[in-house]
Amino acid sequence: MTREGLVNRQPLTGKWLLAYTGRMAADVFKAIADATRRAILDELQERDGQSLFELCTRLTMRHGLGSTRQAVSQHLEVLEEAGLVTVRREGRYKFHHLDTGPLRQIATRWPVPDEGESP
Amino acid sequence: MIRITVTSVFVDDQRKALDFYTDVLGFVVKNDIPLGGDDRWLTVVSPAAPDGVELLLEPSGHPAVGPYKAALVEDGIPATSFGVDDVQAEFERLTALGVRFVQPPTDMGPVIVAVLDDTCGNLIQLAQMTA
Repeated sequence: MTREGLVNRQPLTGKWLLAYTGRMAADVFKAIADATRRAILDELQERDGQSLFELCTRLTMRHGLGSTRQAVSQHLEVLEEAGLVTVRREGRYKFHHLDTGPLRQIATRWPVPDEGESP
Repeated sequence: MIRITVTSVFVDDQRKALDFYTDVLGFVVKNDIPLGGDDRWLTVVSPAAPDGVELLLEPSGHPAVGPYKAALVEDGIPATSFGVDDVQAEFERLTALGVRFVQPPTDMGPVIVAVLDDTCGNLIQLAQMTA
């Protein structure tokens, strides 16, 4: 079932989320399990909407990550599959955007108590 | 001793490129020689180095040029890089002139860079060395 199908049928809350979005969650965990991919998310958090070139430059110059352009491209595909990065084409340009939405399911599954609230 | 005297960017339209590279970016014409057809040997230099490296604004007529430029632009890769004293100041000056930047000034450690669209099918990087 597609993610869209799920959304249309039932709000993604509680047990529904756990039972039917297992694969989606797995994609997210896999995506953020890699240090280079987390660095990509950090850089997009700082400035959203970057070209592949800008991301590669930032990873090299700021993180000392000498990943090839092809490797960064593949990391971006994994992030895209997890829904954490979306690609926007504007004319001849292609920009990458951050979408932290899929991370919400982590806090839904393992809620974090408010600070000061005793368990 | 070997030296770099001419380097080039492929431009979609030499007339339009001449306006952009002189009126907007601020280079000056060094050579403008008709080559037959509409093509010209058209080079510009920095006013700071009139006898320095010439930038050839080269016609894009060859069929390989279009796909090459399109692929570079899609991934945000600049065709070449120019040095400036103050990237932020150039960003503000050029933005006011209507230039589209795909990357605003970004601190990359030893260098601050920004990337603009030359309106002739290329991205151009501006670089300010800080180290």
